[in-house]
Amino acid sequence: MFKRLPDAPAETVILDFDGRRIEARVGDTVAAAVLAAEPGHTRTTPVSGSARLPYCMMGVCFDCLMEIDGVPNRQACLVTVEDGMIVRRQIGIREAAE
Amino acid sequence: MQTADVIVVGGGMFGSAIGYGLVAQGLDVVMLDEGDVALRAARGNFGLVWTQSKGLGVQCYQEWSRESAHLWHDFAAELRSETGIDVAHRGGGGLELQLGEAEVEERKRFIEKMRNQAGPEGFDCEIIDRAEIQKMLPGVRLGDELAGASFCPHDGDVNPLLMLRALHSGFTKRGGRYLTEARVETIRYDGGAFVAETASGRITAPKILLAAGHGAPRLGEMVGLSIPIRPQRGQVLISERIAPMLPACISAVRQTNEGTIQIGNSKEDVQYDDGTTLAAVRRMARRAVQFFPQLAGVRLVRNWGCIRVLTPDGAAIYDESESHPGAFVATSHSGVTLGAANARHVAKWIATGEAQPGFERFSARRFDVQAAA
Repeated sequence: MFKRLPDAPAETVILDFDGRRIEARVGDTVAAAVLAAEPGHTRTTPVSGSARLPYCMMGVCFDCLMEIDGVPNRQACLVTVEDGMIVRRQIGIREAAE
Repeated sequence: MQTADVIVVGGGMFGSAIGYGLVAQGLDVVMLDEGDVALRAARGNFGLVWTQSKGLGVQCYQEWSRESAHLWHDFAAELRSETGIDVAHRGGGGLELQLGEAEVEERKRFIEKMRNQAGPEGFDCEIIDRAEIQKMLPGVRLGDELAGASFCPHDGDVNPLLMLRALHSGFTKRGGRYLTEARVETIRYDGGAFVAETASGRITAPKILLAAGHGAPRLGEMVGLSIPIRPQRGQVLISERIAPMLPACISAVRQTNEGTIQIGNSKEDVQYDDGTTLAAVRRMARRAVQFFPQLAGVRLVRNWGCIRVLTPDGAAIYDESESHPGAFVATSHSGVTLGAANARHVAKWIATGEAQPGFERFSARRFDVQAAA
């Protein structure tokens, strides 16, 4: 669905997205990298459970919430990819820490 | 020019609750909202239906707050059936938490004063210990400094944004007219009716209610109403949604029905500046974590400031003008708590003149300087 711009950087990093190995470009946000990998959805909402994808891509809508390197509810559109990152769909509401 | 039975100036908690009640009384009502430039206390508040701290030194206000908290049970059900909006009213009692024995002692003295001034219905509020707090919050880790809490069975909370939406929805469903971008510039009395000149045209009605928060004193002067209110800022922190952990209703750290942790207990004298400060955020967040250490790992996603409406004695003002009968004022902090009483009793008073016993004690004339003997 999404195509990269012709001048996108060529250098790549590898992410783990829900156990699937995906390739991202250096400088991508996690949200952009995951969208490029056609994820289906990236979270379900805490109230109604409906499936969502990143939407505004600028830190406002909170529809891109994902678990990144073990931290739940991060705004994936505000996090830049790093090689070896572990990214999970945010499924529903998170628990408080013990 | 539009005409109506009553003009309600202000579309916040007071204006919309009373406006909702007035249309239920069968009156034709126009509600005027200034627009988004207004200081919108109704959009920034905390959502408590709270009695345990209200009315020290003003017994009638202590009773009025409790009356409204009782009415809330039916009122929430009515809003749901009228509008389909569930305002998430929770009425099983509320806790105010204390850190350290000194705070507990101070709270005990406050409760004693409230009990001494209370009328025949008494003052139901007790200090409970950590074990009892833990029973109300099963599974939650309590901070070491948490020493006790005051518990009042009449207290509770609602979702304040849904409450405002339900009031507006009920108001318009029952035929009320809501005009926004309608700041009232002047009010004059002309041949048996008030004429409000607004940014969106002229409205006339035999009765007018000023419920415009900090916008009201300027208008009060035009119809012989003294409205001595002052601003006080409160800041609120909003967290990401987390799985339910705080089932009991708590005053400074409340978990909403949708999982958000809302933190707020600041009081700042900064005139009408509704901004935010890192110092207040830090102070409030630290206190919340002292109550519940698990909150340290929870992310804050928003922070705002909001301007309270405070009267000199902290109690509401409800008054009708002596020089301009038909001109009313209703204002206070606590628009959420008082929402049910505003919709039921205050609307009836404005519509019919019938008031609850002792209601005249809410007149702003209580602030007039007494003549020396």
